[in-house]
Amino acid sequence: MGAGGKKGSVNFADYMILIVLAALILFFGFYIEAFRSSVNLINILRQVSIVGIAAVGGTLVMLTGGIDLSAGAVIGMSGMLLARLLKAYPDAPDAAFPANAALVCVLVLVVCVLIGFLNAFFINQFKIPPLITTLGAMTALRGGVYLAADRGLPIFGFTFKRLGQGTVGPIPIPVIIMIVVFTAGWIFLNTTRFGRYVYGVGGNEEASRLSGINVKGIRYMVYSLAGLMSGLAGLVLVSRIHSAQPRAGTGYEMDIITAVVLGGVSITGGEGRISFVVVGVLIMGVLTNGLILINVNEYWQQVIKGLVLIAAVGFDRYIQYRRSLAAQQE
Amino acid sequence: MDDAILELRDVTKIYPGVRAMDRVSLSFRRGEVHAIVGENGAGKSTLIKTLTGAIQPSSGAVVLDGVEHAHFTPGEAMRLGVGVIYQEFNLIPFLSVAQNIFYGREPMKGLFINAPEMNKRTGELCRRMDIDLNPRARVKDLGVAHQQIVEILKAVSQNARILIMDEPTAPLTHGEIESLFRIVRNLKESGVTVIYISHRLEEIFEICDRVTVMRDGQYVSTQNTADTDMPALIAAMVGRELGADYPKTPVAPGEVVLSVRGLTTDVVNGVSFDLRRGEILGLGGLVGAGRTETARAIFGADQLKSGEVLVRGSRVAIATPRDAIARGIGLITEDRKSQGLVLGMRVDENISYTVLDRHSTFGFLHPAELVRVCGELVEELRIKITSLGQKVNTLSGGNQQKVALAKWLARDCDIIIFDEPTRGIDVGAKREIYQLMQKLAEAGKGLIMISSEMPELIGMSDRIIVMCEGRVTGELTRNDFTQDRILTYASMRKQRSA
Repeated sequence: MGAGGKKGSVNFADYMILIVLAALILFFGFYIEAFRSSVNLINILRQVSIVGIAAVGGTLVMLTGGIDLSAGAVIGMSGMLLARLLKAYPDAPDAAFPANAALVCVLVLVVCVLIGFLNAFFINQFKIPPLITTLGAMTALRGGVYLAADRGLPIFGFTFKRLGQGTVGPIPIPVIIMIVVFTAGWIFLNTTRFGRYVYGVGGNEEASRLSGINVKGIRYMVYSLAGLMSGLAGLVLVSRIHSAQPRAGTGYEMDIITAVVLGGVSITGGEGRISFVVVGVLIMGVLTNGLILINVNEYWQQVIKGLVLIAAVGFDRYIQYRRSLAAQQE
Repeated sequence: MDDAILELRDVTKIYPGVRAMDRVSLSFRRGEVHAIVGENGAGKSTLIKTLTGAIQPSSGAVVLDGVEHAHFTPGEAMRLGVGVIYQEFNLIPFLSVAQNIFYGREPMKGLFINAPEMNKRTGELCRRMDIDLNPRARVKDLGVAHQQIVEILKAVSQNARILIMDEPTAPLTHGEIESLFRIVRNLKESGVTVIYISHRLEEIFEICDRVTVMRDGQYVSTQNTADTDMPALIAAMVGRELGADYPKTPVAPGEVVLSVRGLTTDVVNGVSFDLRRGEILGLGGLVGAGRTETARAIFGADQLKSGEVLVRGSRVAIATPRDAIARGIGLITEDRKSQGLVLGMRVDENISYTVLDRHSTFGFLHPAELVRVCGELVEELRIKITSLGQKVNTLSGGNQQKVALAKWLARDCDIIIFDEPTRGIDVGAKREIYQLMQKLAEAGKGLIMISSEMPELIGMSDRIIVMCEGRVTGELTRNDFTQDRILTYASMRKQRSA
């Protein structure tokens, strides 16, 4: 049966990603004592939280068949903007509530949403492919960040540490934020009509348009949300290192895309589950952490991450090829 | 038959739910122009795909030069001299005529392409075929007719002995058709077998030696064109009394639900008509007459240049499909796979796609309601599925079409446009779709049906508007329906200066 075989291959693909994660954990856990400690495991979660938060936005964008290369630059910009604004408008040291800091955070996030909106504007109105639009945004934003400060800028006034360094019980706040964002993403995708439209637009844009779906509106929404998530990730990052670095977030867009693709989101859109993106994010985290612990140098880590991406996409394509072959047979 | 160059022996091709070709045996002679005719769904395209190796028959064989090929592949077909001119050309626009013709087989001089030799050979080819074409011209600067000639030359230069032409005259003007026929006659004289697929029967009598009729995937007959005439051919194609087995009982027409006035787009030119409740309005015409474009314009899918649309008597501005749907218009697209369905999504997700706004609060869906709505429609339309969660790409064509239809029933549209509603689906599902259309008409909906299947158009419509080249060329009421009249209107081309 063609239908049975098809279903089987989907399960196999889902299964694979979990097996890879389990295998990595077992492998590192077996060979490295330091890996097994609960401190290290929580550390992994903390390490992946920045990419994880932004990956929720990346998932939405990629489900519509788009891509967001500007995520890393938005992360950098978000932190830099916060640092500059706090420098200009610090809270009084004895203030009971850091009102300025809170306001600045909101403002920074609004700017990030606007950047995402602008990405969608160029994609929608001028039909510039998402890859080009967000590549341009990435380059321009990064330039802007260096213009704002070409070296690290400390956070002034209110100690803006808790967001990135605080914990609730044993769990770091960034991890909690990541969990909340992933949960919100899951709810959005699985229980709202807009989530359904995200899948529909990625699955068949023309059929969606002819079904009365506001395709451009959906695109505005997902790119704006991606901007929001990246901005939030940037705030967490700047809080964790407590200074805004112009390089911050460089290359994160690639980690985000890798995690999303590892999670089984089709690069052409329309297919994939956010719960598996969590697994994709964890694979990246476990891999990086384990490689560091066994003293693989940073450049080899890059080589390995790159190969992992190719393997993941290759696997995705292979599944789709098998599917189209099966469809032709029918 | 000793002069047979190509034969099909007992070829059957089964798709899920459809027997696209059923034990077809047929042979082509050296140097003949052989027409294949039949309605849509008769199995012509399956036949072409089999002859070019694009699909493998479920059983039976292709016999070329007396050699039986059980697994006939595209590479083999090309090597053995089977060429095809598809309706969509496979040319590279930025390359020259000569570069296209010799693409992948360029004459070389050492490491480099021998361009002068290539152009010279192209020139010779043109002279031999009596064609006036500059080998250095870029293909993108050529008109459709000349692009088609480049395709033909490409096939000829590859020593094609059998050339399949799929609706070659569809994009051509009268003058261009004449020159195409000249080329076809030249090919024939040089011993090439031409397999000619066309909906335009008058062409077949002009250019073809023999004609094979297919119907519902089966071989019906092969005759010399000299021994038959158009009515006999049509009778063989249709194979049944027109309109006899359609579940159609006219409904007393109600108020006008849709009026179209002077609709004009890039393709459509000043189309006007009224549609009443309870009425099925047929849009007839040849492929490319502008019927689909008319539907798309009403539906807001294509940009209007001028003209207006009135729904239930009041003028409405329809700029996007959203606007049309908000006014109660639904469109079942011609191509359900690329335009009608999200194939990777589930059955219920597809059916409810147009009504999610009605079954959600602040964007949050009401799953129980959706299950109920989809379940009722699946039952009403008798869609055969294992569960609502089945992906639509695993359904047969007929069931996919029912899902595409269910989307608009869920929306409870007042005006439903059916564009080729029964294309590529089996006889049983066709009948169910007709019954459904009848039911919708009885419920007071206004229906528009675009169909290239004459019997269906005649059988189901209350009134038929015939189009040609973007204009309405005639209107027929049910008593005046005949295939001849429709075909006459459908070929009423505007005089061209060329």
